[in-house]
Amino acid sequence: MIEAVGLTKRYGDRLAVDQLSFTVRPGQVTGFLGPNGAGKSTTMRMILGLDAPSAGRVTVNGQPFGRLDNPMREVGALLDAKAIHGGRSAYNHLLCLAQSNNLPKRRVDEVLELVGLTEVARKRARGFSLGMGQRLGIASALLGDPKILIFDEPVNGLDPEGILWIRNLMKMLAAEGRTVFVSSHLMSEMESTADHLLVIGRGRMIADCTVQEFIDQNSELAVRVRTPDATRLAELVVGAGGKPATDGEGRLLVTELALDRIGDLAFDNGVRLHELSPLQASLEQAFMELTRDSVEYHAAVRGADKEENRA
Amino acid sequence: MTALTLPVALPPATRKAGLGGALRSEWTKIRTVRSTIWSLVAMAGISIGLMSLIAWATMHRWGRFEPREQADLLRHPLEIILARPVFVSQLVVAVLGVMVISAEYTTGMIRSTLQAQPRRLTVLTAKIAVFAILMLVVGELLSFAAFFIGRQLIAAHIPVHLGDPGVTRSVIGAGLYLAVLGLFSLAFGAILRHTAGAITAVLGLVLIVSNLTGLLPDSWGHHINAWMPTNAGQLILQAQRAPDDLLGPWQGLGVFAGWTALLLIVAAVLFRTRDA
Repeated sequence: MIEAVGLTKRYGDRLAVDQLSFTVRPGQVTGFLGPNGAGKSTTMRMILGLDAPSAGRVTVNGQPFGRLDNPMREVGALLDAKAIHGGRSAYNHLLCLAQSNNLPKRRVDEVLELVGLTEVARKRARGFSLGMGQRLGIASALLGDPKILIFDEPVNGLDPEGILWIRNLMKMLAAEGRTVFVSSHLMSEMESTADHLLVIGRGRMIADCTVQEFIDQNSELAVRVRTPDATRLAELVVGAGGKPATDGEGRLLVTELALDRIGDLAFDNGVRLHELSPLQASLEQAFMELTRDSVEYHAAVRGADKEENRA
Repeated sequence: MTALTLPVALPPATRKAGLGGALRSEWTKIRTVRSTIWSLVAMAGISIGLMSLIAWATMHRWGRFEPREQADLLRHPLEIILARPVFVSQLVVAVLGVMVISAEYTTGMIRSTLQAQPRRLTVLTAKIAVFAILMLVVGELLSFAAFFIGRQLIAAHIPVHLGDPGVTRSVIGAGLYLAVLGLFSLAFGAILRHTAGAITAVLGLVLIVSNLTGLLPDSWGHHINAWMPTNAGQLILQAQRAPDDLLGPWQGLGVFAGWTALLLIVAAVLFRTRDA
């Protein structure tokens, strides 16, 4: 459980994090979503006591991070894969961290095995690829068998296999009842991993809800209807308060009227239907809709927005 | 790709993560980077190897020295075998002292360190203690080794014994001086958090500023010069106190240790309060 109340971080006159209040609960993956520069990393650094909040507070399992008896047993975090002295071997890197929390030596071998780095354990970390560095970071997060896991952009730079591996790992950790808090600016990633979402833009909380709620609330749901009697149905839809449009291939796209109501309308009026299907907006569309106004640096060209958010 | 299996649960904690763990952790850190090993090898090379070479060359040319030069060397019997090598190996100690902490920042390791142990004074205390003990042990070992090897090499013309006035104190003092200098440099590294900047600052102070203050006029210039950290600290290396020295050998080392303590306090305050 992570609890933030009025968490604020100010750099000079710029507010990086602005009065964030949220709770990250155990047993599920909570996605922390926002465009670049929204304040995700700063928030995570404040949770871990690396940065001091300008105002507000944040606790993990009811205590400020700095007061935990055995920090690594409570919280494991991967902030950036490069929080490593490149001249040290993977094994020695993990060993010195384990020793600081009195964790047994064999634990180092166990986590190396878990992330698949056993064979390069004695090699210096400097020569590691981005993916291997990411795995080493995850190994250090898991060292203390922590109840809370925090991952900042864990899939950055990983190949598809690595992405799948991390995704499964996070789901598995959450299924064991742990608290998993993961940030990303990749909507598609959150859609396939997260149960709950915290969305921030320019340091402010924009949404705190489940993934489904987020999509429902933030995107216009359309219903696609295929019927030989489109003109008649369109009239009926308008009569019931919906907005019909044609998709250029003879199908109707209806908004502002629920799918069930359209089906009933057609049945009651004897209109034959060949297709009646919901058009689900993706999380990505919903996210862009929501953060359109809070993206830190807009590209000059409107069409470039999408690229920027992905970058 | 290995199949995903989660590790077996850890046995419950029996004690808090505290200074003991931090000390073990810092010891592992310092012994597992090459810069430490190379620095120690360089220190040994300078205080034994280079010293032997200079001692041998000095003896070889003894007959060609002016009587005044010979008298100088006889008055300062430790000059060749202890003091001069320390002036060189102190550069290695300064660099290592800075890197012990600045490398945490330049590599990003500090974020892993503070995630594992957020009590920052515990981390800094452990770092200081481990490095101080390492430098003290290595410094004393090398300084006694240098003395016993060196005295054999110069015995023909410059006889010197541990029992001579101030000699044992100087030999012990050489190790102490290097240990204090190591911490002095570590404090700079912690304050500046930047390897090149901190090394420049320490070496600039030790090699340049300390000498420039000697050019200041009048008695206040003499006082400032005497109280400069390394000028004061190096008094411990002289077996005999010079007539115009304002401070005694132990007083001098005390002044140097005082400067170092002050800098470490500044470093600790900053380490505790700054964002990592």
